[in-house]
Amino acid sequence: MSTSNPSSAVPILEVKGVSRRFGKFQALHNISTRFCAGELTAIIGPNGAGKSTFFNVISGGIPPSEGQVVFEGQSTDKLAQHDYARIGIAKSFQITNVFKHLSAHENVRVALQMLTTHYQLLKARSSYGELNDQADALLSRVGLTDSRRKLAGDLAHGQQRSLEVAMALACRPKLLLMDEPTAGMSPQETVIMMNLITELAAERTIILVEHKMKLVMGLCKRLLVLHHGELLAEGTPDDIRNNAEVKRVYLGQH
Amino acid sequence: MGHFIHHAIERIRQHRMLATTAFLLVFPFLMPYETLAINILIFGLYAVGFNLLFGYTGMLSFGHAAFLGVGSYLTGIAVVHAGWPWWAAIVVGVMSSCVAGVVIGYLAIRTRGIYFSMVTLALAQIVYFGFYKAERWTGGENGLRGVKVDVISLLGFRIDFLNPLSKYYVILVFVLLALWLVSRLLNSPFGAVIESIRENEKRAAACGYNVAQSKLLVFVLSAGICGLAGALRALHLSIVPIDSLHYLQSGQAVMMCLLGGMGTFLGPFVGAAVFLYLEDVVTNVTRYWMGVVGLVFMIFVLFFPKGVWGTTLDWIARWQRKYAGKEGL
Repeated sequence: MSTSNPSSAVPILEVKGVSRRFGKFQALHNISTRFCAGELTAIIGPNGAGKSTFFNVISGGIPPSEGQVVFEGQSTDKLAQHDYARIGIAKSFQITNVFKHLSAHENVRVALQMLTTHYQLLKARSSYGELNDQADALLSRVGLTDSRRKLAGDLAHGQQRSLEVAMALACRPKLLLMDEPTAGMSPQETVIMMNLITELAAERTIILVEHKMKLVMGLCKRLLVLHHGELLAEGTPDDIRNNAEVKRVYLGQH
Repeated sequence: MGHFIHHAIERIRQHRMLATTAFLLVFPFLMPYETLAINILIFGLYAVGFNLLFGYTGMLSFGHAAFLGVGSYLTGIAVVHAGWPWWAAIVVGVMSSCVAGVVIGYLAIRTRGIYFSMVTLALAQIVYFGFYKAERWTGGENGLRGVKVDVISLLGFRIDFLNPLSKYYVILVFVLLALWLVSRLLNSPFGAVIESIRENEKRAAACGYNVAQSKLLVFVLSAGICGLAGALRALHLSIVPIDSLHYLQSGQAVMMCLLGGMGTFLGPFVGAAVFLYLEDVVTNVTRYWMGVVGLVFMIFVLFFPKGVWGTTLDWIARWQRKYAGKEGL
């Protein structure tokens, strides 16, 4: 699968002329791009560039005002938020969203059971046997085995973010979307998360939004730069580093 | 001794329905009189049904009297106007509450927080006035009289429904069935989904759960359970008073839940028991019983926010942890 020339590879997600307005404010302006299967792509840009809006549009959080998002050849226009996990798009939020009063294990198990059980009202939890093992496996994957019995709300910030990743993985996504996965993390936690992302990227397509440019330069093969709601540049880290426009609006600030 | 208690508690925890059944079988003998025990059964069930929505799904409805009332009235109407047998009347009552649950739930679940509470309150008031005005069917202000069931034929037995103790056990059969259903539901995968919706709707949706559909389903189930409580109440009282539909009745469900401990399986039942027992004892002493109950309620909300049952469970768990630590279990 080519990463240097995305146009020839299989696109898993296509963004076609997407704009998004909030009243008179134009948060995104006519963005078109495609994300290829198996690729790890980062969307970067200074604060207020429209990264989060873009993330929300592709993950189904908010509909685009114009244009459309196509996942595996199917338009996502008519999909409700809960359909995304079912078709294979999972996300982790910028602000940690876990079930605080459930244990870490229960958090992952709830996410897991979506695939196997649906509206089973009288089935006992003893039927959870296999799900329990799978939940433990996912917790171990993100390094939370020792905290499995703790309430999610009592976990450290970095652990909660890892838990979120485990929950996102529970629906076996083909496409994993991550909104600032290292936001608010300590340097150690950041390293752990970055290693985890690298590992996960070997198995699936990942798109992550990040404003720490240095962090993603070594991690991703492809970058998209947003500025004032427009797609300023896209390409390999080297392309981006050498792009005069990017240097002017972004790198110049650091 | 400690060892024995520790294991007994574990056993009870594993078989909560069995323990509840055993307790409720002897319950009328612990109460000053049987009618109070019957009232506690009925309102306990009502509060448990309400808690399914409030404690487990995090939706505070201020209109649950509508379901208690609709269950009561339709059971009454089936007996008085249609002359149907008691069991068919109960079915009619519960089904009607479910239908009311679909309509009210469908309109209310689009809103959240205080707006949800207000919409349910407003819709329940519409139901109240509807039944109030339909005097020909409901008896209006005077309530629906003559819901007379003297004998119940159950599983081949003819049971005297006028004897309070036998009435208690007949009603207990239905209450236990409903409690078993709620217990199973909470222990099911769906139970985990509704708890996750209470915890974080956004994440539940991102996990692939249709939040609106799940909320509506739990709303209707809650309405059905409250409807059953209403149906049993109609048979118990032989009349359906119009205050079954009054918003104070909705408020009572909230109070019972908070008093007993929301979000615990038996908490609301315990809350109903405490509420009605206090009402019974205090009315003998002073006319201002609501003041005393209000004071007790405030003490619990301020100092024991987990309620009577929730706090007790906490104490037991703490003792068990301490004991287990000491014994190296």
